Amino acid sequence: MTRNDLVIRVAGEAGEGIVSTGQLLTQAALRGGFHVLTYSQPPSEIKGGHAFYQIRLSADRSYSKGDSVDILLAFNQEAYDRNAAETKDDGLLVYDPSEVTPSADSHFVQVEFPLNDIAKNQLKFPIAKNVVAVGALAELFDLPTKHLDSLIEERWLRKGEAVVQKNLDALRAGIDYVIEHVPQRDNFALYPEKTHAGEIMVSGSEAIGLGAIAAGCSFMAGYPITPASDIKEFLEIHLPKTGGHALQAEDELAAIGMVLGASYAGAKAMTATSGPGFSLMIEMLGLAAMAELPCVIVDAQRAGPSTGMPTRHEQGDLYQAAFAGHGECPRIVLAPTSVRDCFYQTVNAFNLAEKYQTPVILLGDTLLNVRSESVPRPILNEVKVVERLLFSENGNGVGDEVGSMNGDYSRYVLTENGVSPMSIPGQEGGQYIATGLEHNEEGLHRYDEATHTIMTQKRFRKLERAAQEAPEADRFGDPDAEIGILTWGSTVGSVIEVIRQAEQDGLKLDMLAPRMLMPLPDHELRPFIESKRVIIIPEVNYVGQFANMITSQYPRDYVRINIFGGMPFRVDWLLEHIREEVAQYV
Amino acid sequence: MSSVVTVEKRKVNDYKGDERPTWCPGCGDFGVLNAVFKALSEHNFDPKNVIIVSGIGCSSRLPFFTDAYGFHTVHGRAMPVAAGIRAVQPDMPVLAMGGDGDAFAIGVGHLIHAIRRNLNICYVVMDNAVYGLTKGQTSPTAERGLATKATPQGASDPAVNPLLLALATGCTFVARGFSSKPKELADLITRGIAHQGFAFIDTYSPCPTFNTVNTFKYYRDATEDLPADFDPTDFNAALHYAASEDPLYLGLYYQAEQPTFEDHIRNNKPELTKSAMTVVEDLFDQMS
Repeated sequence: MTRNDLVIRVAGEAGEGIVSTGQLLTQAALRGGFHVLTYSQPPSEIKGGHAFYQIRLSADRSYSKGDSVDILLAFNQEAYDRNAAETKDDGLLVYDPSEVTPSADSHFVQVEFPLNDIAKNQLKFPIAKNVVAVGALAELFDLPTKHLDSLIEERWLRKGEAVVQKNLDALRAGIDYVIEHVPQRDNFALYPEKTHAGEIMVSGSEAIGLGAIAAGCSFMAGYPITPASDIKEFLEIHLPKTGGHALQAEDELAAIGMVLGASYAGAKAMTATSGPGFSLMIEMLGLAAMAELPCVIVDAQRAGPSTGMPTRHEQGDLYQAAFAGHGECPRIVLAPTSVRDCFYQTVNAFNLAEKYQTPVILLGDTLLNVRSESVPRPILNEVKVVERLLFSENGNGVGDEVGSMNGDYSRYVLTENGVSPMSIPGQEGGQYIATGLEHNEEGLHRYDEATHTIMTQKRFRKLERAAQEAPEADRFGDPDAEIGILTWGSTVGSVIEVIRQAEQDGLKLDMLAPRMLMPLPDHELRPFIESKRVIIIPEVNYVGQFANMITSQYPRDYVRINIFGGMPFRVDWLLEHIREEVAQYV
Repeated sequence: MSSVVTVEKRKVNDYKGDERPTWCPGCGDFGVLNAVFKALSEHNFDPKNVIIVSGIGCSSRLPFFTDAYGFHTVHGRAMPVAAGIRAVQPDMPVLAMGGDGDAFAIGVGHLIHAIRRNLNICYVVMDNAVYGLTKGQTSPTAERGLATKATPQGASDPAVNPLLLALATGCTFVARGFSSKPKELADLITRGIAHQGFAFIDTYSPCPTFNTVNTFKYYRDATEDLPADFDPTDFNAALHYAASEDPLYLGLYYQAEQPTFEDHIRNNKPELTKSAMTVVEDLFDQMS
């Protein structure tokens, strides 16, 4: 039997090498030409605690983490107890008998794997336990050893030939054990039909960092927060290579303040946070909108209000991203739909921020930011980068202004599309005061009715234009299907797999996932909504935030499917619920 | 062959903005504004190369009255905005201006970190112990018991000592000025701008409308210049004089040389930088 889809989960105590085992295996599998999608759950405890790292390997591209586990490697009893329920009945349990006693009525194929004993007594190299595990797991799904050998050489070469050899021995010990002790291992062999070689292995957070660099970002300020800290750490290392800088502020108020200072001074600037940090930034979100300063704010959503569940998943910040702030505060909200899309939507976020001189919020989430995935390498010379409209000393460089400069530079001169040329400190004749006070075209504070009316219109006019230039929505399925699924963000992954499975059983579905959520792109939504008999809106939150936004703008009946337990949609569960809903209409 | 270029020295009036100050007649902030003009002209800065950042409050309106680039931010957040500007334009002089509410109440968390970073800016706090824009509530620098129209029962908490706060936080330039001593104040601001690092100048700038206690006369009587032989490199002496309540000393308390925020950023960059797309391609290579 050959498979084209396999889910492996390595579980144990945090700090026991769960992550390094997973990462080694992931990288080797990537080189073996599989599609790789990882999913991990860091422990909520500060030190220790249960953690797992899951790898889904497939021949075809997969879009979700996988509903259940085919191979569970349990390092200890808790790992077994917690993860057995998510393992398939015909799955394989690999465990160290010195640590784990499986329950007597287990249906799993069970393999005793004396990991500690092999590492300690046979190899005399206890820390190589993880490499032994990698060898065993790789042999189970029949990964050619050359990929592992080369990886180990690259990884430990710095420490000398002897260390490399010891790790190669550890790898071999794991492989040999499986060959000797697992007779039906063909059941788990995975033969890639398509090659994914040449793809890059990247996490959502890294993809956002890469997108920022590609878009020309040169300044980033952030404050540590789960699950967004990775973005800051990535940019702290890599932004200086371009001459840029990323730093840690004293809090999120300061982070956004620094970003606005940097933007004012001429840089493309961003911050990255999660819901609680974004709450603090809302004060200066208004300043960015009022002073018309381009900036990108990443909100990697996590679960629950207040501190909630920092390591869990939820799409609960859409309202906050779309509506937060006092007064009427225009902003653009983008939501990437996959890890790869994180790269492209970050570029789009910068392009829109710079073009429309307005804050752009990019909504990630735990599922998207934390997981790594093999994705086709973005082609950089196809990436379009937009620069902000600058004041030019020989004319203002815009051409369609309807206001007047009176010979002098006016920072907020009225134009058709609402965008006024910006000056950068140091530019002759460009002096102006950026302010959160209502102001006239020259940037001087004015409280009269006419000014506030005209300037409010100016700021919102930019959004109207931006909606027309929304990044194309994610579309999947049969365009002629009568049943439509409207969704957003990372839920798209589960929905794509639902549609693929449903199609095999003759149920046709069509998905539309707008990538711009504020303002809503009417040219994409209206035709879709008008052409479907039934529209289902699945999202990971209680109130149906997206469904409510859609309903208020496009009133009709929608079928809502909501979960809010801190986990993403399981594909089988969602498909079953869609079937139930659809049955009423057929 | 070299040519001699005579650079015309700019005058105080060259820094005046188009807007007329909106402060009450007799406000201390007029004196501070003039001292800022004077300091800018001392440095002979081109107005296009100066950035003035402020928070919210009467005194924070100052950028509107000045011909320079300006950023009138939100209440308490002038420091992080200034840091962002300096990170991007490390060679452009940045002045931060604001009131005591901005600096020591809503923004005190940022002030401490701006000082720790040794951000190379000059921060002039116009200190009048009250909130003027909201009609006279007492601020963190009000002495306990100070009663105003909007705080009729008197300030309930003891006052913050801005100089001790700055010294304890590691500030590399700590001074106190007084708006009715414009020459000395202009000199402090001039030196503060020249200082490599965070220059903090707490400045008595009386509010004639809402603070009937801490008036010009009050400060004239209460203040005294630091002794002529005072050594501003002596940290313990600075602490000692900063703690004095009678008299209140004016002048430069402390100055030290320490690595700046901008040094850190410069040192963090490789000598040869690469284009953004090259960096991204290299990272893609590492990820495959």
